[in-house]
Amino acid sequence: MNVLDVRRVRDRVERVPRRFLPVIATFVVFVLVFGTGLVRYDNFGSPQVLVNLFVDNAFLIVLAVGMTFVILTGGIDLSVGAVAALSTMIAASTLEAGWPPLLSVLAVLATGTTLGLLMGLVIHFFDVQPFIVTLAGMFLARGLCFLISVESISITDPAFRSLATGTISLADGVTLTYSTLIALAVVLVAVYVLHLTRFGRTVYAVGGSESSARLMGLPTGRVRVGVYAVSGFCSALGGLLFSLYMLSGYGLHAVGMELDVIAAVVIGGTLLTGGVGYVAGSVVGVLVLGTVQTLISFEGTLSSWWTKIFIGALLLAFVICQRLMVRRAA
Amino acid sequence: MTDSSARSADPVVDMRGITVEFPGVRALSDVDFQLFPGEVHALMGENGAGKSTLIKALTGVHRPTSGEIRLHGEPVEFTAPVRAQNAGISTVYQEVNLCPNLSVAENILLGREPRRLGAIDVRACRTRAARLLDRIGLSIDPGSALGSHPIAVQQLVAIARALAVDARVLVLDEPTSSLDTDEVAELFRIMRVLRDEGVAILFVSHFLEQVYEIADRMTVLRNGALVGEYLPDRTGRLELVSVMLGRELGTLEEVERRSGGRDPGTAPVLTARGLGRAGAIAPFDLEIHAGEVVGLAGLLGSGRTEMVRLLFGADRASTGTLGVDGRTVRPRGPRSMIARGVALCSEDRKAEGVVADLTVRDNLTLALQAARGWMRPVPRRVADALVNEYIEKLDIRPADPGALMSALSGGNQQKVLLARWLITRPRLLILDEPTRGIDVGAKVQIQKVVADLAAEGMAVLFVSAELEEVVRVSDRVVVLRDRRKVTELAGDGVTVDKVMSAIAAHGDQDSAVAS
Repeated sequence: MNVLDVRRVRDRVERVPRRFLPVIATFVVFVLVFGTGLVRYDNFGSPQVLVNLFVDNAFLIVLAVGMTFVILTGGIDLSVGAVAALSTMIAASTLEAGWPPLLSVLAVLATGTTLGLLMGLVIHFFDVQPFIVTLAGMFLARGLCFLISVESISITDPAFRSLATGTISLADGVTLTYSTLIALAVVLVAVYVLHLTRFGRTVYAVGGSESSARLMGLPTGRVRVGVYAVSGFCSALGGLLFSLYMLSGYGLHAVGMELDVIAAVVIGGTLLTGGVGYVAGSVVGVLVLGTVQTLISFEGTLSSWWTKIFIGALLLAFVICQRLMVRRAA
Repeated sequence: MTDSSARSADPVVDMRGITVEFPGVRALSDVDFQLFPGEVHALMGENGAGKSTLIKALTGVHRPTSGEIRLHGEPVEFTAPVRAQNAGISTVYQEVNLCPNLSVAENILLGREPRRLGAIDVRACRTRAARLLDRIGLSIDPGSALGSHPIAVQQLVAIARALAVDARVLVLDEPTSSLDTDEVAELFRIMRVLRDEGVAILFVSHFLEQVYEIADRMTVLRNGALVGEYLPDRTGRLELVSVMLGRELGTLEEVERRSGGRDPGTAPVLTARGLGRAGAIAPFDLEIHAGEVVGLAGLLGSGRTEMVRLLFGADRASTGTLGVDGRTVRPRGPRSMIARGVALCSEDRKAEGVVADLTVRDNLTLALQAARGWMRPVPRRVADALVNEYIEKLDIRPADPGALMSALSGGNQQKVLLARWLITRPRLLILDEPTRGIDVGAKVQIQKVVADLAAEGMAVLFVSAELEEVVRVSDRVVVLRDRRKVTELAGDGVTVDKVMSAIAAHGDQDSAVAS
């Protein structure tokens, strides 16, 4: 490449607003990781592999959306994994008790949202660190799972099973599940809420400078509480998708999933200090995690714990890259 | 067209017997204040006089302990800033209170975005923001991130935001403290337009000239109590200052220029040879000797802060050398300069200096502790003695070492920062805008302290946007223009006129000289 080309590329890069850089970087990482798979394995190029990233991680995408709301305000929600597990448990046990599926779903969503709302209220009115409050919420939700049952409960409800196993065929025999569609719908709604409603703007404003937001007369309290309710709702919905994926409810489902979610959001370019980040980034973050997992399963001989090691390294590398990029651009 | 006729109208804001108490402090006691439509009403007073408290009582940030606020004759009680805003009271605070992570347009319209079918109408937002920016003559991209603009521009954006609502009352709490002359003129033009439209403007500024230029009426507060109401054309500046201070003016004239206790035999404390940084400041030479106050003058954006950061090692130089006591040093950050006895009292006290959640004592001893290292904690007794000494010396109020820094007014915070570095007994003290946004009394105190320090043999680099002040305290003045050292004035050459013409020389013909 000659000098002129380099300059032209740099000009183009500089014209991209700086706030999009982290998301673009995440996307580049995704392409690189995926590219590695394409080069190493023959079947990796099949469209179904790409689609499966969404299929297998639908619940993670939904959780990541809720977490993005929370982290954008500068908070954190450690309860998402436990609330998701509780959701699988409530769904499985109510279905076992013979509730109609729709009622069961509503109960799950209401429970998750209420839990999130309560945590938000405590965080806001008692001015307690979100870390501690959601940690307490995590223990509570996890404990409630075992209060319902210490055993795994399988889901036999025909409506649930057909929703779980039903597929939609795209071209060339590529199929996806209803869960995937639900996850994508959640993403679209989240993008709409964050960018085209006052609630969303206020989320960013609170993350940027809460005291300023308050002086500007924005409803900061409502938003601070609201994001935890959103996250609670997303955890419950993610839990439902997870119960479709596993077709069971169990108190040990989704252990440590909150950390995967946080990793995905951070890899997706959202700053933990709040105010900067996009839902789209978080989705790509989930896809990066999913691709790593797929790579390791394609390798076949590696223990699945390599996923964790690789994700840890990636997370660190990515956060450092972001830091350097922001510093150089400044 | 607005002056006396406005008085006959009913007041928009009528505050009666306002008292505000915080735990242990009575910030305002029994203050009356009236604001009429179509007037610019200046609120004057020293730091800690209660100006900000009165404003915050009006804008719903603080709730008065007793007293009544009437808006258009109706008694109102604002429980939150948003209530005051919805009632038509818009506020621009001294420190820019916007969100740096959002775009200019988003900041201007935050909370009142035009909507279509429930969704924010992004295009309408942009055009409306552009129109508001246009109205105040600011040509920046509404889509750019707010944080990418200098503070002065952010301040104007804050004013554009205040205009976005149809405000009947506009509160400007020291909006000019970070603006340069042209920007102030621009702001005043906007204020006059709004005033003529019947908006009631409450204006706070520490610059007497500005107040006399724009204000129709002035209310003076002192120590949380009302002193009185004055008309600019019937009240002399000296009289106003003396009622603000509550004492005779003799003390104001006291800072005399010393001839400089500089000893030509020794090497300068700080030497810069061809020091520069690409894109920040052109290479310059500079020497600062012990016992000498060197002033740094120049317009906003002329490179004052950039030069200071280079000298302090906060930025890395791309050319030239820096020497301390005649020995060349290669600073690898502020720590290495601090270790050599250089201290910097920075310009942006909110972001770079004040630790708001710590006490005055902690803030004062921070640099001393850092210099000693964490292995050797400062004994409480030593700390207390030092803290009390400096609280007294600089007249820090409240004189309570245990008070939280966030409870202090801007001027008193500045004094604490100054004291923080004085405690470490630096050989060279760099003061970047030490008096910005603080009142006349505190200014004079700080200037006197600077003079005393120099007399004791400290070298001082004094940076200020106010030429009178630079000229008054400095033995020599270095003049910057367009990120370049233009000249150095010494002895009889140090007058405001000469500094001004140095700044203006070769500049575009008439504009700068006239100001």
